[in-house]
Amino acid sequence: MSATTLDAATPKASPAQITAAFYDLNEHDHPEGGSTMLGFWLYLMSDCLIFAMLFAAYGVLGGNYAAGPGPKDLFELPLVAVNTAMLLFSSITYGFAMLAMAKNRKGATQAWLLVTALFGMAFIGIELHEFAGLIHEGATPMRSGFLTAFFSLVGTHGLHVTFGLIWLFTLFVQIGAKGLIPANQRRLMCLSLFWHFLDVIWIGVFTFVYLMGML
Amino acid sequence: MSAADHHAHPNPHADGHHDDHEGNHGSLRDYLIGFILSAVLTAIPFWLVMSGAIADKQATALVIVAFAVVQIVVHMIYFLHMNTKSENGWTVMALIFTIIIVGIALSGSLWVMYHLNHNMMPMMSHDMGQVP
Amino acid sequence: MESVVHNHWSPLLGRLWWDAVPTEPIVLVTFVVVAIGGAAVLGALTYFRLWGYLWKEWFTSVDHKKIGIMYMVLGLIMFARGFADAIMMRLQQAMAFGGNEGYLNAHHYDQIFTAHGVIMIFFAAMPFVTGLMNYVVPLQIGARDVSFPFLNNFSFWMTASGAALVMTSLFLGEFGQTGWLAYPPLSNLAYSPWVGVDYWIWSLQVAGVGTLLSGVNLIATIVKMRAPGMTMMRMPVFTWTALCTNILIVAAFPVLTAVLCMLSLDRYLGFNFFTNDFGGNAMMYVNLIWIWGHPEVYILILPLFGVFSEVTATFSGKRLFGYTSMVYATMVITILSYIVWLHHFFTMGSGASVNSFFGITTMVISIPTGAKLFNWLFTMYRGRIRFELPMMWTVAFMLTFTIGGMTGVLLAVPPADFVLHNSLFLIAHFHNVIIGGVVFGTFAGINYWWPKAFGYKLDPFWGKVSFWSWVVGFYLAFMPLYVLGLMGVTRRMRVFDDPSLQIWFVIAAIGAALIAVGIAAMFVQFGVSIMKRDQLRDETGDPWGGRTLEWSTSSPPPAYNFAVTPIVHDIDAWEDMKRCGVQRPTSGFRPIHMPKNTATGVVLAGLSAVLGFAMIWYIWWLAAAAFAGILGYAIAHTFNYKRDYHLPAQTVVETEDARTRQLAAAGA
Repeated sequence: MSATTLDAATPKASPAQITAAFYDLNEHDHPEGGSTMLGFWLYLMSDCLIFAMLFAAYGVLGGNYAAGPGPKDLFELPLVAVNTAMLLFSSITYGFAMLAMAKNRKGATQAWLLVTALFGMAFIGIELHEFAGLIHEGATPMRSGFLTAFFSLVGTHGLHVTFGLIWLFTLFVQIGAKGLIPANQRRLMCLSLFWHFLDVIWIGVFTFVYLMGML
Repeated sequence: MSAADHHAHPNPHADGHHDDHEGNHGSLRDYLIGFILSAVLTAIPFWLVMSGAIADKQATALVIVAFAVVQIVVHMIYFLHMNTKSENGWTVMALIFTIIIVGIALSGSLWVMYHLNHNMMPMMSHDMGQVP
Repeated sequence: MESVVHNHWSPLLGRLWWDAVPTEPIVLVTFVVVAIGGAAVLGALTYFRLWGYLWKEWFTSVDHKKIGIMYMVLGLIMFARGFADAIMMRLQQAMAFGGNEGYLNAHHYDQIFTAHGVIMIFFAAMPFVTGLMNYVVPLQIGARDVSFPFLNNFSFWMTASGAALVMTSLFLGEFGQTGWLAYPPLSNLAYSPWVGVDYWIWSLQVAGVGTLLSGVNLIATIVKMRAPGMTMMRMPVFTWTALCTNILIVAAFPVLTAVLCMLSLDRYLGFNFFTNDFGGNAMMYVNLIWIWGHPEVYILILPLFGVFSEVTATFSGKRLFGYTSMVYATMVITILSYIVWLHHFFTMGSGASVNSFFGITTMVISIPTGAKLFNWLFTMYRGRIRFELPMMWTVAFMLTFTIGGMTGVLLAVPPADFVLHNSLFLIAHFHNVIIGGVVFGTFAGINYWWPKAFGYKLDPFWGKVSFWSWVVGFYLAFMPLYVLGLMGVTRRMRVFDDPSLQIWFVIAAIGAALIAVGIAAMFVQFGVSIMKRDQLRDETGDPWGGRTLEWSTSSPPPAYNFAVTPIVHDIDAWEDMKRCGVQRPTSGFRPIHMPKNTATGVVLAGLSAVLGFAMIWYIWWLAAAAFAGILGYAIAHTFNYKRDYHLPAQTVVETEDARTRQLAAAGA
């Protein structure tokens, strides 16, 4: 079929030559973790679909207030703006951590990771404060379809950030123990994808839930 | 899918090496551009809604959605370092496929459920019960 | 029975109390039989000192071949359980006429039809396709394992944990009585207050995580681990269908996860996603779950399309007809399977425009499927066909699946669906495609690759007994359901009034009995083959005259699959190598990089099962402890950086020398 095959099969080729055409006699080991980034990206794509479902639920239920409060009664845009800023700052500081990693500066990488974690925790703190306020006003997730969908969508994003923080601290310890070895670098890159991915989701959240809700 | 891969690497092992050692971390410039762009792209929609600069609500909605789309693209390029070359284009392909599926699932669900409500619950208006 | 109220709760045991032990005689007898049987198996394992062997060589193994085989074993066990449910339903429906209540009360019967659907789809069919893909794909692409071997082990154990939860429901509490997709509001707490729906939720949630991760793993494997020279358009068709299937898995299973979470929030915390009041919308559940549900159908069938392609080409002694069109048809089906979901609920009332759109897309999907059938037929045309067992199953599939496909197109017409929705016609249709496609395909695959996995063929006599019992039994069991469906009989009925219907149910029950013979014959076939393995032995590694790379290595393959990675020049790589007279290398072996076995997968999946169990029974302290355990163990696992080793060259040399002697003895 292919040209190579014919070459190998010409009568002149010796059995050893044919073997060499069909077997990789000088192969190297597979580099460890060569599939990790692709695999993690595929996982993120699947996570996208979880959020898509939550957005769909919000799209369907978002107007069902069941005689309860609506977005205009509940949302405080200045608070959301501050929260968005926290997430944005954490994104750029994670970027700085990656740049430090590329220069193989362990201490700087760890320091920027800590700064990122602080912004991440601020984000979670503000979100919890917002949720607590809503629940205090009686706007619980059980109150209406709208609130159910709101709490689930925003809460799922928050849970992801929380998980990212746990991962970040684990990685912080591991970098301290092992340094910026290739395995740790791969993990940092995966967490980077995860962290920035959550940012992208948040763009959807503040646009479709908060800003559109206040229109 | 296949056409793009026809002239792909004859030896998949080789690109494994490549990815492993020089993954794309972006540069300081990339991160700063991304950060400034996304700060601006976030601030404008917030300002539009909070100040009510555009009187027409639908127009405002369209504008802020447009900003969101642009900002997502900015994040993809400057923070997630998406490009058509990484992993032989598989990451971009996976992303495009996901966007298509997300689009189908979201728009389909809203379409289906809207028509359902329209047909089966004509009495239910959408903002029923909104506390004035 | 149904009126029993279970409202006991204690901090220590949650809802778990004496009333959880079933009192229905049938369940009690099953319980005793299973307990005795289980004790016998455990006793035998202990007596023959097999625990250490199983633990070290199988349970903690990260070898894709062993994991594949474990998936198949899990699938077969659960298939037997699912079939037991099926035959109980057939018997009940054949009896319960004219005032006869049958032998199953409503509470029990409702659990049976729910469990039957759930088990057959999630814990029989899914393990079958995942098992086949796991075993075959790395071999077909010339790889030594999957991309993430540990994850593979973990995925398997998550699936097994889900299955364990379903089985637990038989003896502790109850299973859902809602039908296999648990539509709300029936599945809401108000109407299903006890543990049945919770068992359903958590078994699927746990198993779903495994399926999703296995999908990610196999995509990465196919994309990254192909042998040099194997471009996308030189991949075997089975690998292509596996790739598309896993893309579907990664893009569909998160939807199921999300919907199950929403239903859980409704049930556990009183959220209002799918409630009737407070602005919930039960119909949204139907919409969302079918966004997962329809791709799921293609997740099940696509890999089997791949099996049939391999089998048809091999046993016709020809290159597959229309390879390229086969690949594109598979891709088209992959995309189209996402835009047909509403055909499962035309009657919901979304109106003419919506229904027309989904009706048309549904009909369109039959075009690529039809193209595939023609490709198989043209492959057979003027081929030297050998009617061995895999080929027999394939021919039976073509006939049966075509009939099922045609009734599917009938159902795709929305006005017709308004008559046939939820009728036995629908039941007949999807059993026609799932049994004709997935089950026959699995059996074709088992008969085809068994010699690869174990080094000897399966006994043809008992295989044929199984085949004919299955095929005849299938038509007897399901053709009557088409008739009944057209007469307006709906699904999930326990008793009937109209005596004229009874004869059809009796015929269907006879068909089910014949299928039981087919299943029994298959297990006999396995047993007989194991005993006659020396007569059935294949020394060459290529008993069927195969065309793809899995046949180039020994049977069973060594742990590392290929001592030297093959280089691919053609679609049918192994056929090409045979044609060119390639001799396998017999020297120059190097140490091979291998992943280490690990118990982490077993532990994490076991803890997940405990978490699920605790959540089902409201044992909050145990749920918290299990969750903390999972998190802690997973984090601890990431601190282990030494997960691989090198198989010494000496071991490779010894293994390969043995193979050289074996081949010489076989005269190859």
